[in-house]
Amino acid sequence: MTLLLTHYNYLVVVVLMMAGFFIVIAQGNLVKKLVGLNIFQTSVFILYISSGKITGGTAPILQDGITAYSNPLPHVLILTAIVVGIATTALGLALVIRIKKAYGTIEESEIQQRDHTC
Amino acid sequence: MLSHLPILQVILPLLGAPACLILGRGKLAWLFALLVSTLSFCIAATLLYTVYHHGVISYALGGWQAPWGIEYRIDLLNAWLLVIVSGSSTISLLAAQSSISTEITLDKQGLFYVAWLLCLAGLLGILATGDAFNVFVFLEISSLSTYTLISLGPNRQSLWAAFRYLIMGTIGATFILIGIGFMYIMTGTLNMADLAERLPSASESPTVFAAYAFILVGISLKLALFPLHLWLPNAYSQAPSIVTTFLAASATKVALYLLIRFTYTIFPSEFSQFIIPLADIFVALGIVAVFSASIAAIYQEEIKRAIAYSSIAQIGYMVIGLGIGGVLGLQAALIHVFNHALMKATLFMALAGIAVRIGATTLTSMQGLGRKMPWTSFGFVAGGLSLIGVPLTAGFISKWYLVSAAALAGRWPLVFLILLGSLLAIIYIWRVVEALYFKSAADNSPVKEAPLTMLIALWLLILGNVYFGIDTRLPVSISYEAATALVEGRP
Repeated sequence: MTLLLTHYNYLVVVVLMMAGFFIVIAQGNLVKKLVGLNIFQTSVFILYISSGKITGGTAPILQDGITAYSNPLPHVLILTAIVVGIATTALGLALVIRIKKAYGTIEESEIQQRDHTC
Repeated sequence: MLSHLPILQVILPLLGAPACLILGRGKLAWLFALLVSTLSFCIAATLLYTVYHHGVISYALGGWQAPWGIEYRIDLLNAWLLVIVSGSSTISLLAAQSSISTEITLDKQGLFYVAWLLCLAGLLGILATGDAFNVFVFLEISSLSTYTLISLGPNRQSLWAAFRYLIMGTIGATFILIGIGFMYIMTGTLNMADLAERLPSASESPTVFAAYAFILVGISLKLALFPLHLWLPNAYSQAPSIVTTFLAASATKVALYLLIRFTYTIFPSEFSQFIIPLADIFVALGIVAVFSASIAAIYQEEIKRAIAYSSIAQIGYMVIGLGIGGVLGLQAALIHVFNHALMKATLFMALAGIAVRIGATTLTSMQGLGRKMPWTSFGFVAGGLSLIGVPLTAGFISKWYLVSAAALAGRWPLVFLILLGSLLAIIYIWRVVEALYFKSAADNSPVKEAPLTMLIALWLLILGNVYFGIDTRLPVSISYEAATALVEGRP
């Protein structure tokens, strides 16, 4: 139990991950799907960054008298992953705009209906 | 110069993409993209030659030695895949300009090649790198450009197909990211060789198991392994024809490479068995994929879609090869990767040629085309024969190795099922052949043969199918060496 309380950020990760994943699957609105996808990705960012924390460690700047540093590598990795996430969202939203122009709707069920009628 | 080939392989198309943007206009951009892709192919061929004769190449990016820096590591497995991917890109690009002239408006043609080169760079990057996180980055580069390429398709359905692929693909890539994160947490390293060394000591941990599970599911999504294949038929049938040719011959192969790499190199072999019978699951999923997708292919009216379903079935064969395991099973999978690239490129290239001239690839619209466009139609027949596995075509060799791997493992029911799967392929190929040659067209207006560049590309592929069905030394020896190295865990 105490482990859960001291490592609460991992709980947040799990909750966000499941919430995001659920939104992607359950929502029919394409923009909401993208929002869910974003939440899903963000949870992974938190997972990585949490793992970089070292108990008692300080910021990774070389200084006398300090022996324990937090690990900066996960941050750098996630910086890349954030950029990838932004690119994905931008491309997704661009596609949504095009879909809206072509179909006149951004609801999954209506799009599928229109594809089948013509 | 020669020692920098591993990085040039990836950097060349990556830098070529923005240069292509500057060139702008359709034809110029096409020539440039073709040049870049051809150079990549030459580099890949040189790398394969070097690796085959002198062993593994390790390249430290920016001079930072592994495991601290990023390492590009070329062994026989990825050198082989590099040749396949860059080769299929070059062949498809050769035909691209004629093919997209009817499908994509002129102002977007320059951008089309930019996306193409980025996609190529991403795929080559996944293959060349020896760093697990780099795999994710390149995977996303190739995926994002793939979504763009698919959305350029002629119908509005292509947008919807691209969006669905974007959702599925991003979930897959994020799963892989989670898996890599877990591995990093357990070992503190991202270098593949280093991971392979350190993971065994942590093999008891459920975290490592979870890491493998996440990566496996993520890759299976990208691979379109049954039951995660739902994005593929839409994406392949709605994309511009020539994009389908390229993707069918390369994208899923790269995902299969990742599956092999993670299963054999990174996670030690005794580990891949864990608590679940993974090999049996692979075989079972592979068989279900072969049958469900082949049967679905039989009922398609749109032939591009039927062949897309057939791709899922062929991926099933490769995964069956992995599931049988051992040097022979792995070799069968690797041979089929190459041969499948050849035959699928041939089939989709022939369909692209037909799409240029008559604007559709439905079964009824293709009736009687055998007499109107004999050279193009023959391409479909040749690809189809190879797909079925008729002797003297490349497809026969892969079926032969797969069947003998299953037979030597003593799995006779599996042998029977593989042969039965080929019979299904005869049905859906025959439907098309019947329409092409034995039905008369509704209107008798003459149709021109496919454009010259497409015919050249198509016939190169046909010759490849026949040549590698007779002279099998190259794929057999390379896949044997690569499979042995993987199974024995040699570095």
